[in-house]
Amino acid sequence: MLKYLTNGLWKENPTFVLVLGTCPTLAVTTAAINGIGMGAATTFVLVCSNIMIAGLKNVIPDKVRIAAFIVIIATFVTIVDLVMKAYTPDLYKTLGIYIPLIVVNCIILGRAEAFAQKNKVMPALLDGLGMGIGFTLAITFMGAIREILGNGSVFDIRLISQEARTILIFILPPGAFITFGYLIALMNRIKSKYSI
Amino acid sequence: MSKKLESTLKNMVLCLFLMSVIMAGALGFVYKITKDPIEQADKQKEIQAVKDVLPPFDNDPTADARDMEGLKLYTATQKGEPVGYAVKTFTEKGFSGHFELMVGFKPDGTINKIVVLNHSETPGLGSKMKEPKFADQFNGMNIGTIPGKQLKVKKDGGTVDAITAATISSRAYCDGVQKAFNVYMNMLNKNQANVDTTSGATSKGGKK
Repeated sequence: MLKYLTNGLWKENPTFVLVLGTCPTLAVTTAAINGIGMGAATTFVLVCSNIMIAGLKNVIPDKVRIAAFIVIIATFVTIVDLVMKAYTPDLYKTLGIYIPLIVVNCIILGRAEAFAQKNKVMPALLDGLGMGIGFTLAITFMGAIREILGNGSVFDIRLISQEARTILIFILPPGAFITFGYLIALMNRIKSKYSI
Repeated sequence: MSKKLESTLKNMVLCLFLMSVIMAGALGFVYKITKDPIEQADKQKEIQAVKDVLPPFDNDPTADARDMEGLKLYTATQKGEPVGYAVKTFTEKGFSGHFELMVGFKPDGTINKIVVLNHSETPGLGSKMKEPKFADQFNGMNIGTIPGKQLKVKKDGGTVDAITAATISSRAYCDGVQKAFNVYMNMLNKNQANVDTTSGATSKGGKK
């Protein structure tokens, strides 16, 4: 049972191994805190939609399953959107457009297709949780790297003085690709060396 | 475990229809409970922005905010006396288009403080317009005393120190502030006109 949970953390990490959900990964990781916010929102949607799809899999006819999944996912995303707007307006402001875009995040539809619709509710829940946490850790880590190199701070705590020069490109869009590429390479290296 | 439903037309239509109805109902419910907190949060943000750019006041400036030429003008009073005016302004000329500023004016027309409300300028370049090094040069400035009454960056023959490598953002910033100043001056002139022509009707513009 536990392997469903740990699967998403390392072996099938959605960001660095499955390379799903690249749009938010590249776009919101300009600061570590964005990674946590985006990750939490995605995890919530992922867990809820996984549970619901696993529960309803027998009453959803095969030919309309994608449409049904999208209805379910969109509902949870809209709930997250409204709740964040109401109770965490500051975070909502920074994540902005990327919250509604969780609807089309491939991790969620991907897990619904590949896992939830073939499994029972409990494994689906654990899989959603594992994948969500894996995604959160990955983009928070990436956000931290970009924030340190590009802005000289991490979680808004300054590491070097405001006046000092930083490597600006890391918080610009090209920096996202560079960081992403190196992290995937690093992950592959570790995986092949220790075969884990 | 029951058998999976067949993909017949009836099943498909029924499944999608029921699912949409239930989901729409759930969303309506969530919308209803979050409606008030969202409005509260928006209002709080507005008041906070006005507070940031003006000296202390004791009224609720959002209660009688006025629309002036598409911009919003807030009047802040302390014990009934106006202590400042805040104008929510915007510009379309930013490097990434639209951004919004809140400009605070003292009653004599000098700028008290300016804050950026939201922007999508390049991080590390245009986003530096939020930092004191750039933003503080406007404090205490009176656009009315600048030659030509036009706020411009030094590159264009003006008085404003632009942000290094972000001249476009700096220009846009000036554009937004200029708009706010024009609205503010119009408001003053209108009030002045009211005083001159119909004595005792000063509150006409103010109470709207």
